[in-house]
Amino acid sequence: MKSKFQPDENGYFGQYGGAFIPELLHPNVKELADNYIQIIESEAFQTEYKALLKDYVGRPTPLYLAKRLSQKYGAHIYLKREDLNHTGAHKVNNTIGQILIAKKLGKTKIIAETGAGQHGVATATVCALMGLECTVFMGEKDIVRQAPNVARMKMLGAKVVPATSGSKTLKDATNEAIRYWIQNPATFYLIGSVVGPHPHPDMVARLQAVISEEMKWQLKEKTGKENPDTIIACVGGGSNAAGAFYHYMEDQTVELIAVEAAGLGVYSGESAATSQLGEVGIIHGSKTILMQDAYGQIQEPYSISAGLDYPGVGPLHAHLFETKRAKFMSATDNEALAAAYELTKIEGIIPALETAHALAVLPKIKFKKDQVVVINLSGRGDKDLEIFIKNLEA
Amino acid sequence: MKKLNTLLAQKENLLSIYFTCGYPELADTTAVISALEKNGVDFIEVGLPYSDPLADGPTIQDSSQKALENGINLDIVFSQLMSIKQSNQTPLVLMGYLNQMLKYGEEKFCQQVVDCGIETLIIPDLPMVEFENHYQALFDKYGLTNVFLITPNTSEERIRKIDSYTKAFIYVVASSSITGAKGEISKEQIDYFIRIKAMQLKSKCIIGFGISDKPTFTTACAHAHGAIIGSAFIKHLGSHGVENIAAFIAPIKA
Ligand SMILES: Cc1ncc(COP(=O)(O)O)c(C=O)c1O
Repeated sequence: MKSKFQPDENGYFGQYGGAFIPELLHPNVKELADNYIQIIESEAFQTEYKALLKDYVGRPTPLYLAKRLSQKYGAHIYLKREDLNHTGAHKVNNTIGQILIAKKLGKTKIIAETGAGQHGVATATVCALMGLECTVFMGEKDIVRQAPNVARMKMLGAKVVPATSGSKTLKDATNEAIRYWIQNPATFYLIGSVVGPHPHPDMVARLQAVISEEMKWQLKEKTGKENPDTIIACVGGGSNAAGAFYHYMEDQTVELIAVEAAGLGVYSGESAATSQLGEVGIIHGSKTILMQDAYGQIQEPYSISAGLDYPGVGPLHAHLFETKRAKFMSATDNEALAAAYELTKIEGIIPALETAHALAVLPKIKFKKDQVVVINLSGRGDKDLEIFIKNLEA
Repeated sequence: MKKLNTLLAQKENLLSIYFTCGYPELADTTAVISALEKNGVDFIEVGLPYSDPLADGPTIQDSSQKALENGINLDIVFSQLMSIKQSNQTPLVLMGYLNQMLKYGEEKFCQQVVDCGIETLIIPDLPMVEFENHYQALFDKYGLTNVFLITPNTSEERIRKIDSYTKAFIYVVASSSITGAKGEISKEQIDYFIRIKAMQLKSKCIIGFGISDKPTFTTACAHAHGAIIGSAFIKHLGSHGVENIAAFIAPIKA
């Protein structure tokens, strides 16, 4: 039987999803929709994808029992170390997969959007690896606040195009990528999260699913059981959360917690807590929950974290929210910063600002004795050092 | 009687102009429509400013941004359009993005559109499958007609299907592009127009995207029933104002 959390033939997860695209994109999106499952499930793809994840990316990533963190919060807290992937975040799981799909479809020019720059770096990396041309769209504001990643992309041979419209962040970078795609239909849009028109959300979720696939056997080894009690992940578009939840979504005994960025406070007017502030609407070709005004104008979100600074969530997450399968929490800028400093001090791991939001809900949860919790440590904090240093001094 | 259909049946070389409501000033919507009518524009594409117009190039994006900053919203647009309902004889076509209609309330939106005397909608991010599954019945209920776009990459099979759904006209997107004035029409584009014409569709075809002046308008009219000018007009409006609309239209009509 088909899972409740897989899209139907038109790309709907419950009432969310679909492909609301201008006619010009129809042939591209249809080509991908007609082929992606077959390609991903093929033996040739699986062999190459797995080999690259192992030898190039460094998978499986460790599942680490964070003893001092566990002690502090009174639970068994495991960290799924996506930060140890090549390029420093979970994003590369997806880009390795999509670049193989692009090659299979005969595409030679790749475009991508990026917020924190992690997806841009991961895309530029696989393009370098495969010898393909790469253009990355990035909001002007993000180019400033994630400068190390801009330098990395350029060194990897990618062209970085600033998005100067709107809030000059991830939403606008995605708009520009889609507009470029419309004008250059031969390019492959290597999207960075579980957003966009069908089949992109489902394709990216399948490629990130390796995270929970590994969690299952790693937990079994360490605890004797495949299932944790709780999984916590941050949500920008939702790809690292989708990957960490994927193989557990059907099993109601596993609690899923998605953490959004509350910026200066959920109701401060400076926030990106989409599930709390959003309503049903269409963004980037997908029907989902998004932050908008009374007339459907998309609102400009705010978060200190460029990767979470997005006014929507992927349609799968809108569905998980509406059906209450996942619990949605949020963390402010300051809570995330405090959580990042804490993890650094007591475990010796500097997390990405995005990831710090997932850690920041630990003080807000009352854990049962012996509760097994997995936090998806989606990325490392090298790119955020400037912000960390500035706030340390403040 | 459907005003636009009468026009399509009776006249060729139709000139349509796209403009953005509430631009350059909030109250300019009605003045622009009156001036376009006075200067003999055949039908008018009324653009609803949107924050994230994915199918539009920089010119229309900027005009939308400015209009939103001016304070335009759907209620104001509808009241502006209502105020000229009696005086205006030129068919209006409303162009906006699906989220605007969704958030406003689909039924309420359709009712308002009809009340303003408008029968035709262009929604660039409403694909055919969603139209079939979710909107066809709604539009039929209100007597509204949806305009589909076709592009150089649309398959013949799909064009035939679009033709069968079309009650007003088919919007032929001139090139693989977002909106924006390009200057010239290439040999490749002309081949594409010829290919569409040779299909002998039942619907009238109007060419848009990249039509900017007399030469491009004339070329488009040679291969279709008329053409739509958008960005080039918005540019003119932005720099020369509502008072000088005649200076833009007259050379094209000449
Ligand atoms: C380290 C890290 N975590 C999380 C995210 C948020 O994206 P998603 O919700 O798709 O996982 C990003 C995005 O840039 C990121 O770099």
